[in-house]
Amino acid sequence: MTKDDSIGTVTPKKFVFGGKGEVALLLDCGKELRPVTIEYETYGTLNKNKNNAVLIIHALTGNAHVAGYHSKDDKKPGWWDEMIGPGKAFDTDKYFIVCSNSIGGCSGSTGPRSINAETKNPYNLTFPVITIADMVRAQHRLMQHLSISKWLAIAGGSMGGMQVLQWSIDYPDCAESIIAIATTTSLSPQGIAFDWVGREAIMSDPNWDNGNYEDNTPEKGLATARMLAHITYLSDKSMNMKFGRRLGKQDNYNYDFTKNFQVESYLEHQGQRFVERFDANCYLYITRAMDYFDLAAKDNGNLDSTLSVAKASFLVISFSSDWLFSPEDSKKIVRGLRQNNTDVVYCNIQSSYGHDAFLLETETLTSLISDFLKCRYKESSNVNEHS
Amino acid sequence: MLTNIAERYRSDLYKIIDLIPEKARVLDLGCGDGTLLHMLIEQKKIKGTGIEFSQDKILECVKKGVPVVHGDLNDGLDEFQDNTFDFVILSRTLQSVNRPDLLLAAMGRVGRKVIISFINMGFFKSRCQLMFYGKMPITKTLPHTWYNTPNTHLATIKDFQSLCSELNMYIINKIPFGNKNNFPARVWPNMFSSTCVFAITAQAPEKL
Repeated sequence: MTKDDSIGTVTPKKFVFGGKGEVALLLDCGKELRPVTIEYETYGTLNKNKNNAVLIIHALTGNAHVAGYHSKDDKKPGWWDEMIGPGKAFDTDKYFIVCSNSIGGCSGSTGPRSINAETKNPYNLTFPVITIADMVRAQHRLMQHLSISKWLAIAGGSMGGMQVLQWSIDYPDCAESIIAIATTTSLSPQGIAFDWVGREAIMSDPNWDNGNYEDNTPEKGLATARMLAHITYLSDKSMNMKFGRRLGKQDNYNYDFTKNFQVESYLEHQGQRFVERFDANCYLYITRAMDYFDLAAKDNGNLDSTLSVAKASFLVISFSSDWLFSPEDSKKIVRGLRQNNTDVVYCNIQSSYGHDAFLLETETLTSLISDFLKCRYKESSNVNEHS
Repeated sequence: MLTNIAERYRSDLYKIIDLIPEKARVLDLGCGDGTLLHMLIEQKKIKGTGIEFSQDKILECVKKGVPVVHGDLNDGLDEFQDNTFDFVILSRTLQSVNRPDLLLAAMGRVGRKVIISFINMGFFKSRCQLMFYGKMPITKTLPHTWYNTPNTHLATIKDFQSLCSELNMYIINKIPFGNKNNFPARVWPNMFSSTCVFAITAQAPEKL
């Protein structure tokens, strides 16, 4: 079921590196990962100058399928379909869009549920603890594989935004521009705390079995982790508007502990849907990567100094009701960039949707991103013409 | 003809553009839809950035390719280092911030020169309304009633000059103009100019 404004049917691709005789992926923890598979999708066409490539980076539980449909019978399009396609913010008529699944995930790229080439068994908890910088390092290998020397833009929200910021300082020459949405330079103690409770829910599920579960997955724990996390993606106001204190099918309280309120049914539904598509061990690893993320740690917390190497021009976007990755977090980024006289556009979009707004406020995002990208593309094309 | 254009485009914007040399680094506070910065970028090839409070206007700026940061002037300019800019511009907004003195001092810190277009409460039409009707003035430049006006810190040109000397800021340039005729405005600015563009600096003039 494809819609007219959709990019249509897309096929995921795989890139494998770090096999025998090739350079492995060196991780922050000191270990090596090999071989590494990266699942990715591309949309649009890379132009002759190779200056129209845009990398999109997904959030915690996202995947490489950012737009279009995998088959004609596919009911749902990719996770950011409203933003990527012909005539959309990331206009596939103009730009070549790449989205890859971050390592540590469970949607095609190497992660804890992948088979360890040495033991022929799933890694599970023997998988090395990865960081946001490791994910970026793997994406950089994909970039080389695609023969792209500079992205026109790297864009991402939430955990994707963390990676986008990491790109800007680890590979400052690799991006004309950086689009960082609803993100932060370090996860707040509140964020770490929620991640901890989520992981505790998974690890205290008897099915988890120290990560060595097979068919009996720790569904209950993973669903609880998701329900908890989902609350942090909403706002008090959006929950009030969406559910209020409304009851489910019945007219009165049940006077028991089953689902009475609509909000309870909603969360349960979210938890259930999540376990169908996501893996518990991956959830542990990826939330840990977010906990460890602290862009300025290497400079003893001096963000101004960390951002001094960034060369791209930035578009930073936050949402007024986001309390997980608050506008204050984004303002810190803007402040650090300004201290270095780095070009930055910042908008705090008025929204009541909380952190989820980055997937919902597509109209304002489209306006900001399409105009910002147009200018960067024009600049980049002018430079190419003159050189 | 000139008056018409001036009225249509807010004449002080043109005065401001005249004051800015090519390739200057410019910060425009309360930059609105980015019109001034866009003109400066096109005409003077400046490197500019704006601060704006309204989301809709930010979208307009981005459409024009004008770099802009969403912010509130009442939060100060701490994000900018000293002397980051050659010019810091504030057009007709000083009277509506919480603390005009603090903002003016901050502008002097981050910019080598400060350009302010200032609404003059000492303008004779305002004086007459207070004098003869005994009511708070309502004019073209100050169209609000006292109870819903955003302009909470109205002052005269003399008041502004006193503030500048209190803050140890020097007035380099003073361009008064009236609503229609500029001659009386030049002769007696505090009486006959409705707005006045000032270029000032917090640095010793010999360093400029």
